[in-house]
Amino acid sequence: MTAAAGGRQVSAAAGGQGGTLLLDISELAVRFGPVRAVDGVSLQLPPGPCGLGLVGESGSGKTTIGRAALRLVPTSAGIVRFAGKDIAGLRGRALQDYRRAAQIVFQDPDGVLDPRMRMGTTIAEALVAHRMAGRRAAAEQARDLLAEVGLDPAFAARYPHQLSGGQRQRVSIARALSVRPRLLVLDEPTSALDVRAQAAILALVGRLRAQRNLAYLLITHNLAIVSELCEQTAVLYLGRVAESGPTGALLGRPAHPYTRALRSAVPELGNSPAARVVLPGEPPDAANPPPGCVFHPRCPLAVDRCRAEVPVLRPVAAGRLAACHRAEEVLATSSASPGPAPASTAEDSPPGSTAAAPPA
Amino acid sequence: MIEAPVPLPAQAAVVPRGEALRRGLRANPLMALGAVLCLLAVVVALFAPLLAPYPADAGSATHPFAVLQPPSAVHWFGTDNVGRDILSRVIFGTRVSPVIAVLVLVIACVIGIPLGVVAGYFGGWLDEVIMRVTDIFLAFPPLLLALALAAVLPPSLTSLVIAIAVTWWPWYTRLIRGQAASVAGRPYVESCRALGIPSYRIVLRHILPNSVTPLIVQVSLDFGGVILTASALSFLGLGAQDPTPDWGLMVAEGQNYFTTAWWVVTFPGLAILCTAFAFTLLGDGLRDLLDPRRTFLR
Amino acid sequence: MRLAITGLQVSFGARRVVDVDELHVGAAEIVGLAGESGSGKSMTTLAVLGLAHTVGATVRGSITLDGTELTELSQRELREVRGRRIAAIFQSPATAFSPVFRLGSVVHRALRLHGMSRSEATEAASRAMRQVLLSPGLLDRYPSQLSGGQLQRVAIAIALALRAEVLLADEPTSALDVTVQAEVLEVLRELRDRDGMSVLFISHDLAVVAELCDRVAIMREGRIVEQGPATRVLSAPADPYTADLLAAVPVIRAEAGP
Repeated sequence: MTAAAGGRQVSAAAGGQGGTLLLDISELAVRFGPVRAVDGVSLQLPPGPCGLGLVGESGSGKTTIGRAALRLVPTSAGIVRFAGKDIAGLRGRALQDYRRAAQIVFQDPDGVLDPRMRMGTTIAEALVAHRMAGRRAAAEQARDLLAEVGLDPAFAARYPHQLSGGQRQRVSIARALSVRPRLLVLDEPTSALDVRAQAAILALVGRLRAQRNLAYLLITHNLAIVSELCEQTAVLYLGRVAESGPTGALLGRPAHPYTRALRSAVPELGNSPAARVVLPGEPPDAANPPPGCVFHPRCPLAVDRCRAEVPVLRPVAAGRLAACHRAEEVLATSSASPGPAPASTAEDSPPGSTAAAPPA
Repeated sequence: MIEAPVPLPAQAAVVPRGEALRRGLRANPLMALGAVLCLLAVVVALFAPLLAPYPADAGSATHPFAVLQPPSAVHWFGTDNVGRDILSRVIFGTRVSPVIAVLVLVIACVIGIPLGVVAGYFGGWLDEVIMRVTDIFLAFPPLLLALALAAVLPPSLTSLVIAIAVTWWPWYTRLIRGQAASVAGRPYVESCRALGIPSYRIVLRHILPNSVTPLIVQVSLDFGGVILTASALSFLGLGAQDPTPDWGLMVAEGQNYFTTAWWVVTFPGLAILCTAFAFTLLGDGLRDLLDPRRTFLR
Repeated sequence: MRLAITGLQVSFGARRVVDVDELHVGAAEIVGLAGESGSGKSMTTLAVLGLAHTVGATVRGSITLDGTELTELSQRELREVRGRRIAAIFQSPATAFSPVFRLGSVVHRALRLHGMSRSEATEAASRAMRQVLLSPGLLDRYPSQLSGGQLQRVAIAIALALRAEVLLADEPTSALDVTVQAEVLEVLRELRDRDGMSVLFISHDLAVVAELCDRVAIMREGRIVEQGPATRVLSAPADPYTADLLAAVPVIRAEAGP
């Protein structure tokens, strides 16, 4: 079901139960001085199990959205609702409940754990602080959580510098899980990791999603991991949504020139660079965005209308929204992913995502 | 598939705190030396009346016939300008100078650390207010401020301690505030906030432990500095008064006789040097011990 | 072979971190050195540049550049080679240039250091900037005024201006956005095709290596477990470790339908 009314959008989501949306972001704007990090973004996430991907490059605002959803940055405009309630108005007990229900896993596995605390204490910290368990029970739960993220409980006695990056990231996830959240924001969870550690974390997230009915917001620049873990994806450019929709369709047949360029720029095993769309210039200054469509200076399809008029995010196909004056054209001319599927590897599809190898 | 931890090299393996302490001491002989010297000073202070050959000389005794005697079998450290045995006075001095220094540093920490941590973590107007007050104190030349205070208060050791402590705490506040502000910005603190951990817990369990390391070193280096400041004030007549065997006072008063009777200045000076040195070693070692990353490989 | 590494062993005391039997890069060729962190890739770069001793490592073995044995050169002779014949670019473009100097002065100084006259240097710098698709006017700016991708290209421009024979690129695009990365990779391809440069491209990203490199060597714990033509190694790996790494690379699943 799609509907659009003067700027507010609803994106359909596969999976999860109906009823109140878990996370409802409406016309969110975050400004840091003159810089408009987020400029009118609306997103929805139903209760789990469910995944929404936020894709973008630096300056797209994706990280800021994740933080705003957790009330870690002040918002300049718009409303963020969690399970129906405006998070800006929460106080006291309600705020504490919210803090438990929505958690974040940060990008940098190095700085994210107190170097002076042992892993067990770090994981159990929130439990003790919220009085969810006494010290001994919390330590017990910490060991269980370590096992759940695939680490031997013996890790509980170690310090961060004695763990690898991938292991630290898992401890960070265990810490977030300790308070039994319903929503998990994953901010570039694998960018700093090696490829095998990355695969392990992705498998872990898939597992947790099923076991804990988790809903997550996956923030990344990596198109491959959203295609693996998220049913829905929104592509961001300079603080706005360029397009959104079911991940497979969005990546296979983009409706926005930026998505198309992004998709073609991603190196893939077995893909030849011949089909590359090269974007000239640099991402614009967020404090001084170009008039009209913010993407027009770099867009290969820009016309006069793009320089003058800001495109509205609107439905262009079933379940697909795009902010482009020429979106229908883009959609029509988009072929399936450039290059044939690689002959080598055969991976299992994780539950919940629909995967189809495109025709050559 | 559960991942087992890679076995750690022997030294870095998880050890209970007591064992870690013992290993640390063994691997860090300089710190052990510092600890031993400090302990020595404490012992000497406790048993001063038993150790000093002429305990009365530490008080108001004077011996006009034994003035300015060089070191000899009778007076190991010689005698001063009123004939008092310098060894005994140095021994009793362990009850005065180091105690003043420790008291000053403790008070400065007790005031400076909480203010610095609060200013650094919370920022905003709280930070502004605290730091402006700190700046006001810092604007005065320390000795001048201490002098002014000491002049107002009745001359005694207590006033001395208060006067110096008041000029000392702002430096610690500033030092800690910078550290605390830096720690407050780190991802693990943000993650604590996201987990809903209350501010007081974050400050006590994360900000404080991660901010105090540079302070430990600074405090240990300041030990000697406080003693010398105390000596300057005492020399000017504010604070320790003759016949109190304050090392700094002894050095200050003995300056006049330095060319003819070097021992009057040298031995108390050496005492200051040794205890300051011991403190510094202790501080360094403590900082190393508290760093969980240190593997005592040396 | 332009750059030939034979029997290279780099150690920290008793701990050997690099143990490479054979690795070479020919003219007009891009060779990828891929592996996970800690595999020794960066230490190999430092060893080739003669800089391993700066981090306390000892080097044994042979590294030849067009026949010249680099391990036998003195530090002074190595300084002639570094930059002039072997150039290097690293992962973090933001810290590659001193923030207090304009880029032009840095580039100029590098060129003058290697024997160019003032006019030659200015000319070479402008030409090189155009070759990496940057306006020469950018040289008047400070590093903080350019983006990461632009700074990387300036670093490459220096290598071009000096007509270096070999470029060592240590994770040059890991810190860059994917669209910017595409541009830098394109520039590297131009270096190979138009200028005949030899490039040793170090990366943990197998997809980038697959796309860019002619040949690839997979490194694990200091050793090369497999090497050969990129298309062969990365589609039909002979070593199980390589297969493991490839299996872990996430793949975009896209749908053909609307």
